[in-house]
Amino acid sequence: MTNQQSNRFFFNVDWITILIYIALCAVGYVNIYASVHNTTDTSVFNFGSNYGKQLIYVIAGLVLGFSILLLDAKFFSVFSPIVYGVTVLLLIIVLVVGRNVGGNQAWISLGGGFRLQPSEFAKFGTALLLARYISSFSPKFRDLKSIAFAGLIMGIPLVLIMLQPDAGSALVFLAFMFPMYREGLSGYFLLIFLGMIVLFVADFLVPLKVLIPTILLIGGFFVYQNKRKQKVMFSAILVTIIAIAYLFVVKLAYEKVLKPHQRTRIELILGLKIDPKGVGYNVIQSKIAIGSGQLTGRGFLQGTQTKYGYVPAQSTDFIFSTIGEEWGFVGCFVVIGLFLFLLLRLINLAERQRSTFSRVYGYCVASILFFHVFINIGMAIGIVPVIGIPLPFISYGGSSLWSFTILLFIFLKLDSNRMGFI
Amino acid sequence: MDNLFNRKYIVQGLFIVVSLILLGTLFYIQVFSDKYFLSAESNVLRKLYTFPARGVILDRNEKILVQNEPVYDLMVIPNDVKEFDTLALCGIIGIDTIKFKKNFKKALNQSRYQPSIFEKQLSVSIYQSLSEKLYRFPGFFVQSRTIRQYPDSIAGHFLGYIKEVSPTDIERSEGYYRPGDYIGKTGVEKAYETALRGERGVVNMLYDAHNVPKGSYAEGKFDTSAVSGEQLISSLDVRIQKLGEELLKNKVGSIVAIEPATGEILAFVSSPGYDPNLMVGRQQGNNYMDLLKNPNRVLNIRPIQGYYSPGSSFKPLDALIGLQEGVIDENTTFNCPGYFRVGNHTTKCEHVDGNIALRRGLARSCNTYACYVFQKLLTQKKFNRNQQVAYDYWQKKVKLWGLGDTLGIDLPGERKGRLYDASYYSKKYSKYWGYSTVISLAIGQGEMDATPLQMANIMAAIANKGYYIKPHLVKSIGKDHVIRKEYLKKNYVGVDAAHFGPVIDGMQEAVNSPWGTALASRIDGIIMCGKTGTVQNPRGKNHSVFIGFAPRDNPKIAIAVIVENAGYGGTYAAPIASYITEKYLKDSIPPNRRGGVEWMKKQVILPALPKPKVKTKAALIDSAKKADSLKKSINAVEPKKVIDKKND
Ligand SMILES: [Zn+2]
Repeated sequence: MTNQQSNRFFFNVDWITILIYIALCAVGYVNIYASVHNTTDTSVFNFGSNYGKQLIYVIAGLVLGFSILLLDAKFFSVFSPIVYGVTVLLLIIVLVVGRNVGGNQAWISLGGGFRLQPSEFAKFGTALLLARYISSFSPKFRDLKSIAFAGLIMGIPLVLIMLQPDAGSALVFLAFMFPMYREGLSGYFLLIFLGMIVLFVADFLVPLKVLIPTILLIGGFFVYQNKRKQKVMFSAILVTIIAIAYLFVVKLAYEKVLKPHQRTRIELILGLKIDPKGVGYNVIQSKIAIGSGQLTGRGFLQGTQTKYGYVPAQSTDFIFSTIGEEWGFVGCFVVIGLFLFLLLRLINLAERQRSTFSRVYGYCVASILFFHVFINIGMAIGIVPVIGIPLPFISYGGSSLWSFTILLFIFLKLDSNRMGFI
Repeated sequence: MDNLFNRKYIVQGLFIVVSLILLGTLFYIQVFSDKYFLSAESNVLRKLYTFPARGVILDRNEKILVQNEPVYDLMVIPNDVKEFDTLALCGIIGIDTIKFKKNFKKALNQSRYQPSIFEKQLSVSIYQSLSEKLYRFPGFFVQSRTIRQYPDSIAGHFLGYIKEVSPTDIERSEGYYRPGDYIGKTGVEKAYETALRGERGVVNMLYDAHNVPKGSYAEGKFDTSAVSGEQLISSLDVRIQKLGEELLKNKVGSIVAIEPATGEILAFVSSPGYDPNLMVGRQQGNNYMDLLKNPNRVLNIRPIQGYYSPGSSFKPLDALIGLQEGVIDENTTFNCPGYFRVGNHTTKCEHVDGNIALRRGLARSCNTYACYVFQKLLTQKKFNRNQQVAYDYWQKKVKLWGLGDTLGIDLPGERKGRLYDASYYSKKYSKYWGYSTVISLAIGQGEMDATPLQMANIMAAIANKGYYIKPHLVKSIGKDHVIRKEYLKKNYVGVDAAHFGPVIDGMQEAVNSPWGTALASRIDGIIMCGKTGTVQNPRGKNHSVFIGFAPRDNPKIAIAVIVENAGYGGTYAAPIASYITEKYLKDSIPPNRRGGVEWMKKQVILPALPKPKVKTKAALIDSAKKADSLKKSINAVEPKKVIDKKND
């Protein structure tokens, strides 16, 4: 390969995004090192430890990412149905032969201690097919048929992941509502979905005698506001009735249809049954760790909550508590700032695409990252129920890092090829 | 590009808003609120306290009055408790399951993760059987500390007791004390709390989430080791303290003995007393309630709280002030026809003494003589016959002797006694009053009360010929034998040394001459000087009083003995004083007197118990009230027009 050839491959690649990507991976490595650090073993390259493994994952991730940049941009559009098909197949396989880790049947063992989590890879498979569908048929999502079809694309993996059961990862598939919204889906759908999720969660966390009056109050407010406009008023009444009915349906389905262990699982996901130490133990400990960082943090390797294992899942789902404790508000600000910058940049990049496929895919990437960041950090600081999903590029684990890397670099490849047609 | 392009801003706007929500929440928990920071500290940091041994208290010959004994507190960290055989644990430490649940709940309320006391003060034997099985009770461990132990079971009123701190104590100490600490509640334990308690040691340990210790915090920079409390050397002499308590056994009363030259209290007996060992250990609460309920008011510290009319023991003061003021000299004689009459006030004298001068007057305890001196003092020319001004002058002279105010003993709860100034009588008698109105003060009756400590102190001042040193119970503090400055200062009583000779002669005669009234306190080979008194008591038999000092030259001991309801001073108080004095000066009582000692120990002179009243509960609560009612019960009669008084 000559120098010129490699220049051609990386021509037009958005290096700023790659820099942010590397920065976030570095933040991840440093904080995983801190969270598994113990005073007896101080070597930086201990490949038996989690941070040693993460270093391998990061390097492998970079290799993977740059290999994607070497592929032909047309490949992704053409092979998207196949990629989607393979990931769906893997999701089915994992339900049959998967290894049970932490109550979820989500892993396929690859031998040598490495395992694969198909739900991570289903994200970009779905993103690719959704982009392909929208770019090929230009649905404006004005009719039920196109909505149903797009819904099916994201619904199949969602349901399969739900069956593992891993509702947290499944929830992320709702992120595909954003690209659909961008392509014409009515904003009401977003609101309705948001409402359904909020109500679903609230149904478990808030007693009905509080919830129903609250809904009636809000509904009544809208009815009163629109008493001149009959049509709007009636739809407000209708929505209120449906919302209350929905609550009972969810409750009924929950109690009659689900088996006890499934119920436990949902309660677990919603943070009602976190661990034997009592409801909300993880969140309390995570908040304590983050709060103890104060403005500037305790400093690298100085976090006592981190060091002494007070926060469960410290290097994976609750990695943000280490950042909060050791780097303080300043550190949190930088990390959230990096993510926000990345998200805004991805949207901007998506909008500069000539091809609909690239634009939709870009929106998919941004939306999925957004869901992960919001849910993960929100969970660590106690404003979102405990839903075990990783913080992109930062949480420990090969599957999640690689799937986010693939997700991101496919878009970077598409973007570098934005002048061409796919 | 189409009109949907604008939706980009909605999506981006959502991203920004959500990021701001996250940052806002983070700002709150990290910067604004320090709740989480503090929780983090309590998560990992355990302060392990080591308890200092409380200071030991010795007697003047360095014999131990109170020492420390190891006990074991059963501690619990509620979070670490796993299922275990509750009944087995209850059986070992001797509690029932109800108590178990109560204790556990209390510990849980204090902290889930920090150790708190589950059951305190387990004995060594319980500890031994417990420690073998402790592994079966996860979350429980044992912490050793010390409690008080009194080898001779004496001087309970002086030593006082310690008790677990109350929430009020903690608040008042501004956080010095922690729940489970002990604090001196009465007596010397309270008065010298800061010296005795020592300093707690602390080890700051880091613990991980599994409660495994991870080493010390900041390399032990903030750790301290426990410092034992200071040793106190008390002025008490165990030998006579013990003898005194035995002599007053089954009697109500006080003994106070003072070393005149130093003001050091040699014996401090309050009877009925109690075994200080009762106020230690797990039964402390119950024992305390029993003592409170005792109708003889065991917890009263009679030497500093009991009020008695000084009676005849006041007469030396009449003479001394008279000599100092020049209204009499040692040879001035008065005629005693068996009474002293002025206007319609008559004060009886037990004898018809005829012409009587100072020495004989004291030896015979002649009331008439005392009244004449008092009359002369209050009708001095220098006051232009204004008897009320003269009274105030007299009252100030008497106050110099330490009457009518606290002496400042190093023990909490001392009371003032009673001695009024002229304005009190002016108010009471609408200004028309004179010496005849208050004539009973001349013989130590009327509206005058003194504590046994004040009486003994007067003897010390006479023994010193003109001054006293504040009586105190602690000789020196700590290894360096620090003495409080106020206990080195001489307090002069306003009478020149030259005037004491004849008065002491009179007191010597009272004890040693055939016509003396205090012959019962005579000791072979020692010249004791003293006076008896018999204090009338409206509720029963008279109180028996003796005050004195010995030996006459270079006195070593001044003493006041009061036995309530025991009749003549000569019968009980005087011999008791002589036994104590002899024991102190000779270290033993000769065989021919030992029979008397044993006889005295066996005497039971307890007042007829009042019928149980419903108000007991109220009476238990306020100690001031208690002391007040005590005062009423043992106080002398109100001044009467005719004072029927036995001189002895
Ligand atoms: Zn007479």
